[in-house]
Amino acid sequence: MSICAYNGTMTPLDFVVSLALISVAAGVLGSLIGLGGGVVIVPVLTLLYHVDIRLAIGASIVSVIATSSGAAAAYVRERMTNLRAGMFLEIATTTGAVSGAYLTTLLPTRFLFVFFGLVLAYSSFATFQRRHVAEPLAVSNDRIANYFNLHGSYYDAAEEREIPYKVVGTKPGLALMYVAGLVSALLGIGSGALKVPAMDSAMHLPMKVSSATSNFMIGVTAAASAGVYFVRGQIDPVIAAPVAAGVLLGATVGARALGRVASKTVRLIFVVVLVVISLEMLQKGLLP
Amino acid sequence: MEEKVRKVELAISLVLRTGVVVSVLVIAVGLGLMFAHHSAYLPIRGHFSYKELTSKTTPFPHSFASLGHSIAHGDGRGVVVLGVLVLILTPVLRVAVGVLSFIYEKDPAMTIVTLYVLAVLVGSFFLAGV
Repeated sequence: MSICAYNGTMTPLDFVVSLALISVAAGVLGSLIGLGGGVVIVPVLTLLYHVDIRLAIGASIVSVIATSSGAAAAYVRERMTNLRAGMFLEIATTTGAVSGAYLTTLLPTRFLFVFFGLVLAYSSFATFQRRHVAEPLAVSNDRIANYFNLHGSYYDAAEEREIPYKVVGTKPGLALMYVAGLVSALLGIGSGALKVPAMDSAMHLPMKVSSATSNFMIGVTAAASAGVYFVRGQIDPVIAAPVAAGVLLGATVGARALGRVASKTVRLIFVVVLVVISLEMLQKGLLP
Repeated sequence: MEEKVRKVELAISLVLRTGVVVSVLVIAVGLGLMFAHHSAYLPIRGHFSYKELTSKTTPFPHSFASLGHSIAHGDGRGVVVLGVLVLILTPVLRVAVGVLSFIYEKDPAMTIVTLYVLAVLVGSFFLAGV
């Protein structure tokens, strides 16, 4: 499967244009389910364009920040994001991301891939099981959530009504967010893949709010390890330019769609993508 | 109170949108410069492979010193890196606006939370030695 199958060589212009188009699709998908674009970008760059994995991970970090900022601008304005919960949980994600950047040398990558592959397989199962849960919580006796007033409400355009919700489980939420930051720094992918289940399953935020809030947070998690990637020379401008531009366009489009799509649909797309990522990670760990 | 919260939401949204638009414009200018200076990159069926620009050994700026040098020489790829840095710094700026917002909302608990996040973020760039 080679993209250079036609006559002649793929020139930089061909590369930039084709990668920008693929990135638009990555941006739409990433913004809709709160995962960033890395899920699409890393395999496309390594398998289709035969780019070195280190440079692909650098591009993935750029795509995550692009998805986050591009989509969050719209989600925050439309009150889909839970700003307080997002900013509160960033305590754990940024701490995880910074500690992860310095743990890379201590833990064998293959073990990490297998471990997180299993964690994500379980998360996709847990997220799938919650598909019939329609009504959010009306009361919360979680002391942290009450103290910081992390509860909220959003307008669901698909159901045409305002939906208030209460937040619980901040302690397991924080723990999962720490792991999400760690994974993001260690493997360059999967930061949103743990954030959405943490908010949906552990903290009982509505699915669309979980997706929008994950989107809001992944940019900050990625930024916490972006400095390291930049200094190590992993952010190649010729790869980053089409990825950033394409993903930003796609995220702007995807952000318009989330309000109108049914929660159940968002959940199902998320579960499918999560299963793919978990298989991808297991494969990297077991059959390198 | 409601009004203040709404103002904060709009401010954060504006910061994100501005960062995104500025970075895309800078990246576009950089790409334009790169293609304008290297006609070999342009043909659809030329002989210059993209792999020469995207391999492990391709040189490109990855420190502030080399970035400044590259931009001073009008190198398009240096300008692209500048645009990518604007994109990377957008979430950091967003957290900084978050701190100011919670001071404005007179919410000391959340102010401390966001200050901690900002400190970790800024610290991460210093630890990396940018």
